Amino acid sequence: MTMKKRKNKSIYLMLVPIYAFTIIFVLFPILYMILLSFLSKAEVWGVVKEVTLDNYKKITEPLYIKTFLDSIKLAAISTGFVVLLGYPFGYFMAKLSKKWKRRMMELIMVPFWTSGLMRLYGWIIVFRSNGTLDQILMGLHITKSPLKLLYSYEAVVVGMIYALMPFMVLSVYSSAEKMDWTLVEAARDLGATKFKAFITITLKQTMPGLLSGVILTFVPSMGMFFVADLLGGNKIVLVGSVIQEQLTKGRNLPFAAAMSVVLMLLTTMLISLYKRVTGSGEMEGLV
Amino acid sequence: MKKNSKLTNFYLALMIIITYIPIVITVVYSFNESKISTIWSGISLKWYEELFRDRDMKEALRNSLVLAFFCCSLSAIIGTLGAVGMSKVKTKANHVIEYLATIPIMIPEIILGMVFLAVFSLLSIPFGMTTLVIAHTSFCIPYVLLNVKARLAGMDGSLEEAARDLGAGRFRAFIDIVLPLITPAILSGVLLSFAMSFDDVVISIFVTGPKVNILPVKIYTKIKTGVTPEINALATVLLAATVLLLFLSGWIGRRAGRFENKEDGNEERN
Repeated sequence: MTMKKRKNKSIYLMLVPIYAFTIIFVLFPILYMILLSFLSKAEVWGVVKEVTLDNYKKITEPLYIKTFLDSIKLAAISTGFVVLLGYPFGYFMAKLSKKWKRRMMELIMVPFWTSGLMRLYGWIIVFRSNGTLDQILMGLHITKSPLKLLYSYEAVVVGMIYALMPFMVLSVYSSAEKMDWTLVEAARDLGATKFKAFITITLKQTMPGLLSGVILTFVPSMGMFFVADLLGGNKIVLVGSVIQEQLTKGRNLPFAAAMSVVLMLLTTMLISLYKRVTGSGEMEGLV
Repeated sequence: MKKNSKLTNFYLALMIIITYIPIVITVVYSFNESKISTIWSGISLKWYEELFRDRDMKEALRNSLVLAFFCCSLSAIIGTLGAVGMSKVKTKANHVIEYLATIPIMIPEIILGMVFLAVFSLLSIPFGMTTLVIAHTSFCIPYVLLNVKARLAGMDGSLEEAARDLGAGRFRAFIDIVLPLITPAILSGVLLSFAMSFDDVVISIFVTGPKVNILPVKIYTKIKTGVTPEINALATVLLAATVLLLFLSGWIGRRAGRFENKEDGNEERN
């Protein structure tokens, strides 16, 4: 008995670092953010220690409501495209031979591992006025003048899709990989059309991957202010941009905190919805 | 299972090509003589020369590597110990801590940046390498933790039991049996952590100090001020390093996986 106790103690020691780090650098900061969101900005710097709901009232102003809606809209559009383009990719990839699967994986991983900024930078060269795309289109006499795609909404959407696609592909792929293909065959043998077999069997089996891909796309896209910043100029204002501006230019920590709290509530709601629907705690393809 | 049709293979190829368009263009223009990237005026290495002369850039690269080293080591230790510990001691608190620990990769990065900015000012920790390491470690731990946890869940527990039955102490059994089995998972978690740390702009912008220059932030400000071919050269160098690193890790992975593959070599059913 005494021996068992001693053993257990050393095991508890293994848990100390993660418990300590998580409590000090994750839990406490989040609680502090929530507290901050109920305070108000001091005249010069810092915060006034008085509880108020002003920050949340400010968020309900049309300007900020619009920012939230715009962010959700952009995230939804990007996620929609990512699903349309990425789901088939992950699904077909799972059907390749083992050798080609590995090659495909390597081909996806190279851009995924290179700096996200660098990849965006490539699109700047492509999209800018008189850039690669304009030169090709004008060279082929398809268009007569530069399209001015850089600093447009379309450019931002392309940048978002491009940055987030790998998450969808990998999630769907890892789901499709584990799929029991004999069920599809069985459904087909029993007279189901290709389409029906896909809806009832394939889609159902790959749903965890698809949903996890949606979350992994939708959630980050709400905060990726630098994509909108670099490819959209200053035309597109997202929640992320507002938080950043409030911190750097406005020096309004409490308001930035309130915006963050709302954004965090939105995303945690999405994630718990995902967990409820799939009945699992893990995100497919994350690991 | 049916094989893909020609059309679907064409789709896969097309998507890969589109993925590589901006990358190829960046690389091609890094060898362009002209400063204006829309005009091609001959092959030149002058942007590379400029890049290697750039002291700021070198310092930023060094800082980024130091940062990645510290945050990868810390998250490897904290994440691995946490995953192993949690698999042995089953308490309800584990679920709470695991949920909290994975929050940093579940919420938009901007929130994490804002939260750390606020907390570091409150605790008056000077902004610089320390704050960067803490912030980066927070979003790297989940990758190691989840990876190792998944590996432990799929592991044959009887191996460790056998070692214990044969008289190995708990520590010895861990070092000899468990650690070698979870090493690939730790490494892949660390590799992901490295990539994430090396690439992070959003959080770093908020927690970096005025004196500490790191690569992603430096690139971000450079791109914001305008397109310079030096960035193309840098992108090309980083790309080459990435390919090399991936090749190496794939090679190590295949070597490490040899033992396992022999055991479940019948897995492939195509």
